[in-house]
Amino acid sequence: MKQNPQKVNSSLTGSKVYAGVVFRNLVLHLHPVRIPKKSIAFNHTFGLGGMLALLFVLQAFTGILLRFVYQPSPEKAYDSILSIQQDVFMGQFVRNIHHTAGMLMVVLVFFHLLRVVFTEAYKPPRRGNWIIGVVLLLLVIFSNFSGYLLPWDQLSFWAVTVATSMLDYLPFIGEKLMLVIRGGEDVGAITLLNFYNFHTGIFPLSIVILMAFHFWKVRKAGGVVIPGGAGDKDIEKVQVYPNLVAREFVVALVLLALIFLVSSLRNVPLLERANPALSPNPAKAPWYFMGIQELLMHLHPFFAAILIPFLFIISLFSLTFLRFREDRAGIWFSSDKGKRLSKKIALVTLLLVPVLVLASELIPDMVEASSGVRAFIINGLIPFFMFLFLMALFVLWLSRKGNYNMNEIVQGIFVFIISSYLVLMFIGIWFRGEGMELCWPWMR
Amino acid sequence: MNRRSFLNKIWIWIGVVAGIEFLGLSLSFLVSGKKRGERHNSDRLKVIGRLEDIKPGEVYPYSNGRLYLVRHSDGGMLALSLKCTHLGCSIHWNEDEDKFICPCHSSEFNRFGDVLKPPAPHALDTYKVIVKEGKVMVDLDKKIRRRKFEKSDLTYA
Repeated sequence: MKQNPQKVNSSLTGSKVYAGVVFRNLVLHLHPVRIPKKSIAFNHTFGLGGMLALLFVLQAFTGILLRFVYQPSPEKAYDSILSIQQDVFMGQFVRNIHHTAGMLMVVLVFFHLLRVVFTEAYKPPRRGNWIIGVVLLLLVIFSNFSGYLLPWDQLSFWAVTVATSMLDYLPFIGEKLMLVIRGGEDVGAITLLNFYNFHTGIFPLSIVILMAFHFWKVRKAGGVVIPGGAGDKDIEKVQVYPNLVAREFVVALVLLALIFLVSSLRNVPLLERANPALSPNPAKAPWYFMGIQELLMHLHPFFAAILIPFLFIISLFSLTFLRFREDRAGIWFSSDKGKRLSKKIALVTLLLVPVLVLASELIPDMVEASSGVRAFIINGLIPFFMFLFLMALFVLWLSRKGNYNMNEIVQGIFVFIISSYLVLMFIGIWFRGEGMELCWPWMR
Repeated sequence: MNRRSFLNKIWIWIGVVAGIEFLGLSLSFLVSGKKRGERHNSDRLKVIGRLEDIKPGEVYPYSNGRLYLVRHSDGGMLALSLKCTHLGCSIHWNEDEDKFICPCHSSEFNRFGDVLKPPAPHALDTYKVIVKEGKVMVDLDKKIRRRKFEKSDLTYA
């Protein structure tokens, strides 16, 4: 079992002793000595969790550097960003890295979610870790969002104004919550201070604690999910060093190289100083919230900004409590049949969602806007329940006529929701121009 | 229950109480932000201008207070908040089309603040207009929410 660490120990030259200390205390703290061969194939997990851990460390280091110069007040924030870019040695480069890696973290955390869902790793014995993982996903998104405001330019000010205004539609506590988060009626000095504290204190601290827990739970579950589970005695195992450690090292180097390359080629944007009296046209939320903003163009705000995101997060959490008759854990897309179904659903969504968006744009509004209750029913309740009804019919059809099992159906619904969101998001990002009118990306 | 488990329970409860205390403390610090913000707005009555300079039928932007002062043809005045009731973007006045347009989600309002085009759910908020000694002032402290325009929203000199 312990051949490798002993080998490192036995030769007592200085660097090797040092390597042994690092190996035993860091690497073997995270990984077991021997791991199933199946689990180290790159295309089984794509190393996404490890990449995110690395990016978190990168964000911590660059973030600490930026904190030396950044000043969190509306009067000074923008100038301190300018100062970082112009006066500080390598300041622009460090800001580029922080910005790029922050964006990449949102993308990778999303891919990580997809990987876990598509390999059914959310089921017991990984129930606790799935829940921690969803919380970490939310923390990564909120970290990015709270960092969005800090440059205090037109982009950040209006993105945060639009996104925090969505809270206002939460019944009973929404307005109070918005006032607390903003520290007043409008986005201002207190908002900036709150966001700074969340971004550089509360969120990173929570992530560190949960991340440690997340890693520990992976080991407790016997490593990453593989078909048949880790309990199988006959499973072929390999030494973690060098097999896995070398792979991780390569992935880390390539990822860092890519981020550094991108950060040295292109400077991240900084628009004009925030002007509360002038919304840019169009004013858009951060890109990952654009799906919600697009939904807001079509549905009543309570449904688009509150109910649907809330239900989505609740269903993410509850995914792990579903009981499946068949165990497909560790098999990508559950089965070939499941894979084909998911592909079809993704393709149909790709066509269906733009058609629905166009239809909603072309059909004149039936609602007299000022009557709040009617708008709530016609733009909210009716489409929402119609959607649920059609969804139920579709699921019934899949299980009765299509003979799909529950694993494939759950995956299909997930693909449907995720790809709808992605299509809405890309429409919002690329196909909305001045006045949020639909247009081609090259005409914007 | 023996002495050991009793003491252990007490430790746990002390921990829970300490946790709740810290949470409460954090909330009170977070909420105090609102008060800190309010203290800066010491002068809440903003003078827009002299009554004779504000002509009937005109729309005046007043970006310092984030509002538009509208004087209607019958002389009635209305101070409309700049904030779109949909998601808080700043609306702007389009002279040619005689309406306010929100750049974020293209809501439109008429010069009374009523919604011409959704997604905005209700009419623009207003501020109280006060006319005193020939000066037109707006009370920025009191933002008035309303469903739709009523004749009583207008202030006459």
